[in-house]
Amino acid sequence: MITKTAEHTVIGTRPPRADAFEKVVGKAVFGPDVNLPRMAYGRILRSPHAHARIVRIDPTRAEALDGVYAVATAADLPEAADRTERVGEGNVNYKYMRDNTFAGDKVLYHGHPIAAVAARTLQIAEQALELIDVEYELLDPVLDVRQAMAADAPLLHEGMHTRSLAGTADTPSNVASQFQFLQGDPEQGFAQADVVVERAFETAMVHQGYIEPHAATAAWDADGTLTVYTTTQGAFDIRSQVHELLGYPLSKIIVVPTEVGGAFGGKNVGYVEVPAAVLARKSGRPVRVVMTREEVFLASGPSSGTWMRVKMGATREGRITAAEVELCYEAGAYPGSPVGAGANCILAGYDIPNARLDGYDVVVNKPRVGAYRAPGATQSTFAGEAVIDELAEKLGLDPVEFRLRNIATNGMPRLNGGFHEHIAAREVMEAVRDHPHYNAPLERGTGILRRGRGVGLAYWGNWGARSSVTLEVNADGTVSMLMGSVDITGTRTSIAMQAAETLGLSLAHINPAMGNTQTSGYSDASGGSRTTMATGVAAVKAAEEVIAKMHERAAAIWVCEPEQVAYTNIGPDAGTFTCSRNDETMTFAEVAAKLGGTGGALRGQGDVNVRRWGGAFGANIADVEVDIETGSVRLLRFTAVQNVGKAIRPGQVEGQLRGGATQGIGWGLYEGYAYDGQGHMLNANFLDYKLPTALDVPAIETEILEIPWPEHPFGVRGVGETPIVGPPAAIANAVYDAIGVRQGFLPMTPARILESMGII
Amino acid sequence: MANVSVPSLMRDLTGGEASVDGSGATVAEVLHDLEARYPGFAQRLLVGDDLDPALVVVVDDRPAPLGLSTRVRVDSRIRFLPAVGGG
Repeated sequence: MITKTAEHTVIGTRPPRADAFEKVVGKAVFGPDVNLPRMAYGRILRSPHAHARIVRIDPTRAEALDGVYAVATAADLPEAADRTERVGEGNVNYKYMRDNTFAGDKVLYHGHPIAAVAARTLQIAEQALELIDVEYELLDPVLDVRQAMAADAPLLHEGMHTRSLAGTADTPSNVASQFQFLQGDPEQGFAQADVVVERAFETAMVHQGYIEPHAATAAWDADGTLTVYTTTQGAFDIRSQVHELLGYPLSKIIVVPTEVGGAFGGKNVGYVEVPAAVLARKSGRPVRVVMTREEVFLASGPSSGTWMRVKMGATREGRITAAEVELCYEAGAYPGSPVGAGANCILAGYDIPNARLDGYDVVVNKPRVGAYRAPGATQSTFAGEAVIDELAEKLGLDPVEFRLRNIATNGMPRLNGGFHEHIAAREVMEAVRDHPHYNAPLERGTGILRRGRGVGLAYWGNWGARSSVTLEVNADGTVSMLMGSVDITGTRTSIAMQAAETLGLSLAHINPAMGNTQTSGYSDASGGSRTTMATGVAAVKAAEEVIAKMHERAAAIWVCEPEQVAYTNIGPDAGTFTCSRNDETMTFAEVAAKLGGTGGALRGQGDVNVRRWGGAFGANIADVEVDIETGSVRLLRFTAVQNVGKAIRPGQVEGQLRGGATQGIGWGLYEGYAYDGQGHMLNANFLDYKLPTALDVPAIETEILEIPWPEHPFGVRGVGETPIVGPPAAIANAVYDAIGVRQGFLPMTPARILESMGII
Repeated sequence: MANVSVPSLMRDLTGGEASVDGSGATVAEVLHDLEARYPGFAQRLLVGDDLDPALVVVVDDRPAPLGLSTRVRVDSRIRFLPAVGGG
């Protein structure tokens, strides 16, 4: 593998994104933009109830409406196996996925799909939805994770029994599974502590808030090929899901990923692909289904609401002796919350000799949760970092100094049974300690406006997995790049930069594109902060194969042995072949121009399954101003620090840090699903579900640390997820610093702040 | 023999031992060996004949995508961790 040791010429620069022009001028095709001849419009009927038994569905009146081409229900899907498989980076149970595509005998949340209609126009399809007769038997909903765990709670799945490594429970429960981490002797650890802090925390269900809704268009060819155009993070995952739910051969399904208008984890699972495919098959026409904003909120995959308890003890000298953690995560209607990831990340930055963590995956009458940028970690880190902060305060220690006294180190056993390798938690916290922001004076404020500063340490483990890149050399010396990974963050540019750097060419020589499941090698979903890392490895491998093959072509031109040919990809002579037999030189382009006469097409292929990757620590510093009369919190200054390994394209990395921080600020102060007592979502729109805007967020300062992951050719770790993990914790600690009251709830809305102060 | 970390909720099967040794050329064979000596050991980790999809197996500190078929050495260290997804 080529690891360039000289100064990079492409990596570390700030070129424009390869996809910038098409997106700026509106030429890029997103999911809802797909338009096919004879296309029909699909709409989905959704449950108005959070929990009910379906007594009867009668589509007769809808089918009779002029302009309706087809109506689909669960009866149009084959039975799916009650089998859970790892698809991409998540687990999928196909029976549950089928029931979440079209409800079977029960609806389990407000918005649960029941039927779908394809019609000549969108208006006719919507009219037809009102003509589908559904009879319900209402059941009591359960919306709160702790209520759902009670022995007498209404059951969502009568046959569900809690699974754990202790065995399967005898009685049915809404607790789908439980797990435990144990390290050392927590009781003994607490006995050694001089100070103990214990607090409970709650967080609301939150949505990724991507601007582009879920959208899919399905078309069947006469030969039985099903093509699905969709906005997704993982085309191959969607192909698997469609294959399983339709019971249709994988080889006859092509999934074409469109440009993606935001995903953040929420577009790993398909919601409209299968309904579109069923409607297309029944109607004999291509069918496009696009969710409305309300539908996206009601029935896609937000992140878990939680209840958490954290207890920690430390000595007077500032050493943590023990921790006890309880994490209860809402899974929504079907099992599969990110509680495992939350458990892996909470307190990951600290050396804690004695600890016990119990995690619970709990079903409630809400949409089945999905991945959301560092799934599960933002919630648990909010709880863990609040208790760390309180311990520091009780010990009279600076919060950063306390963290540094207990900071995680390489090789240290972790609570989850693993250990850290090549981490830089200490370097991250030292960067916070030395940052101008942390050392700047803070005017505390007077009267009703109080100011405070807080910090939070964050961790995400990142991912590797399978990626595929093809590089084809063109006769003009350019290289066409096709990657199987979906570009959700500008990665076609960062992957092309790694190919260019390895080839010793300028970025302008690389023409990157996304493939589909028919044209590209298998690639796992773009998630887990893996794409620039793992697909980058594939690009480097493909480039190395190109260089090796180009040696042979140059040797053929020079009539020498390939071993007599050398290629320079560094320095002023980069992109040049030399022949030791005759001392002649040829540029990459000159060799490329003669490909036709030396063997024809020349491709390099990189197919990798990256099995080792490096986690990333980050940290945030927040300054806030709290109005103690209204409870409103204003961010005055915000800083994000992160070890990224190597910033391939620093502007993109800074964008990830700022974007993740902005979403984290939303979790901290504004965002949360609101339900009435019967489980109806009350704020399924962007007016009532408030995302942070430019008016709410200060200019976020970024500091990039480049402590490389040694097993990547350029040291890349992965960037995208860690930035969202720490902001709510840092903000909560800053609010405490301002008003002297600890916050136990996300979002910290004005009402919650005033409640915590005992004012309302 | 390969060394297997025992998840805390399974230590009732091993008399409280946090790790036990098992013999075999693959993870499946090691589990088979442990099942014979600690009845229920493999059963709790499996769904049918496959590893519980809520778990991943880590052999010598590397995730083992082949799961139960992963080859192990006599000095290998085997751990079972919760499966984790990202966004």
